[in-house]
Amino acid sequence: MKHLLGTEGLDPATALAILDTADGLKRTLLGREVKKLPTLRGRTVITCFYEDSTRTRVSFEIAGKWMSADVVNVSAGGSSVKKGESLRDTALTLAAAGADCVVVRHPASGAAHRLASWLAHTNTSVVNAGDGTHEHPTQALLDMATLRERLGSVEGRRIAIVGDVLHSRVARSNVHLLTSFGAEVVLVAPPTLLPTGVADWPVGAAGSLRISHQLDAELPTADAVMMLRVQAERMHGGFFPSAREYSIAYGLSEARAAMLPDHAVVLHPGPMLRGMEISAAVADSPRAAITQQVANGVHVRMAVLYHLLAGEEDAA
Amino acid sequence: MPPRPRGAPEPAERRELLSAGDVARTIARMAHQVIEKTSLGASGASPVVLLGIPTRGAPLALRLAKRVADFSDIQVPVGALDVTLYRDDLRRKPTRPLGQTALPPGGIEDALVILVDDVLFSGRTIRAALDALRDVGRPRAVQLAVLVDRGHRELPIRADYVGKNVPTARSEEVHVLFTETDGRDAVLLHRAGDGA
Repeated sequence: MKHLLGTEGLDPATALAILDTADGLKRTLLGREVKKLPTLRGRTVITCFYEDSTRTRVSFEIAGKWMSADVVNVSAGGSSVKKGESLRDTALTLAAAGADCVVVRHPASGAAHRLASWLAHTNTSVVNAGDGTHEHPTQALLDMATLRERLGSVEGRRIAIVGDVLHSRVARSNVHLLTSFGAEVVLVAPPTLLPTGVADWPVGAAGSLRISHQLDAELPTADAVMMLRVQAERMHGGFFPSAREYSIAYGLSEARAAMLPDHAVVLHPGPMLRGMEISAAVADSPRAAITQQVANGVHVRMAVLYHLLAGEEDAA
Repeated sequence: MPPRPRGAPEPAERRELLSAGDVARTIARMAHQVIEKTSLGASGASPVVLLGIPTRGAPLALRLAKRVADFSDIQVPVGALDVTLYRDDLRRKPTRPLGQTALPPGGIEDALVILVDDVLFSGRTIRAALDALRDVGRPRAVQLAVLVDRGHRELPIRADYVGKNVPTARSEEVHVLFTETDGRDAVLLHRAGDGA
């Protein structure tokens, strides 16, 4: 594997290998005082973020450092991007500077694919850390790792993804990955926050995808609910009448959480808007796996770097 | 004899170095040597911990511990130590899956750790194991037990307990089979180029 650009078309065997490696890394580091492995010594990882991020950037940096890679962070605000340098020139610069892996987040859908095609003649790997409203594969992998820990397996499990599906790369990546592992995914959102053609999204042969507009009807049979943030920064126009009305119709309140089966898990990719899509009481309840997701994020990203950088060079 | 599936390689030219019975006897002898060399059970002797290196060092360590218990009535703690993340040849091979690391509950602090592996060859696995060990604790001393020593060391490493010394050509391969992992016990020597 040279790049990780999305979960659409990601071979389930490869995804499983990454998840198993993440498990192994988690067990290896458990209880250790010094969390440092020599595996990626001498490799250079550059994170290049054109959008704000806390957990993704931090967990990639920690993942690289725990494996002894040298990690350099570039943010669009403090770089030549501000002087007008194009994405292509920035990418070629980072590769020429010696990056073995570029982790990129960009507001434009498809940016990571473009980057990978520009770097095809180099040995530099590209990891998509979120491109516009397209994909965020490491988030889907860490959600899967968390669901595996909480539920054992996602096969035949019903996962409700609730909220701003239209603007959510997390939802897209999760639909592809979860269905390829046999989950029944239900997208729950108001019609204005669903992408056109969503019913025809390609899904993994083992799983299924369904659309619903009624959160209350889906909760009693859900094994997990994944709440999405309402992405106001991507909204140009009125998608719902008011925040209060959205919250009443699609927010996960305490009363709604009580409708879930006892074993059901609540996920949120973060950052959360407490009181909007999720109430504070639910976010802090034992069934919420939100901090567990962040912890797994580090191990999953370590596993991704391991699979991209530790083995022999692919011919590709 | 069942017909060979189409496309399968010609039967490998291979020699059985140790039969199932030989494997059992060899492990029993190694167990006696461990008891003797570590003064197992003597007052003042360090506690002994066996750490198997996956894949086949792990079942070997368990068997060795069982024979030690049979002969001495002392149950030595057994664990597994995966060294994949510490290897220096990762970039020369396709991505390797990780093995299981499981330290015994008492840990390895100040213990006499005996690393257990199936075949000793270049010594690089053992070098990686020593690095991995350093990250999980500080044993009082480290020893090495291997079922087969096939020579061709690339590092100044030797085993304290050797089941069988086998002079080999570099191009040959030694395969240790255990019931736990392979369905039967044997040690086989494969000639070059049979792809096994």
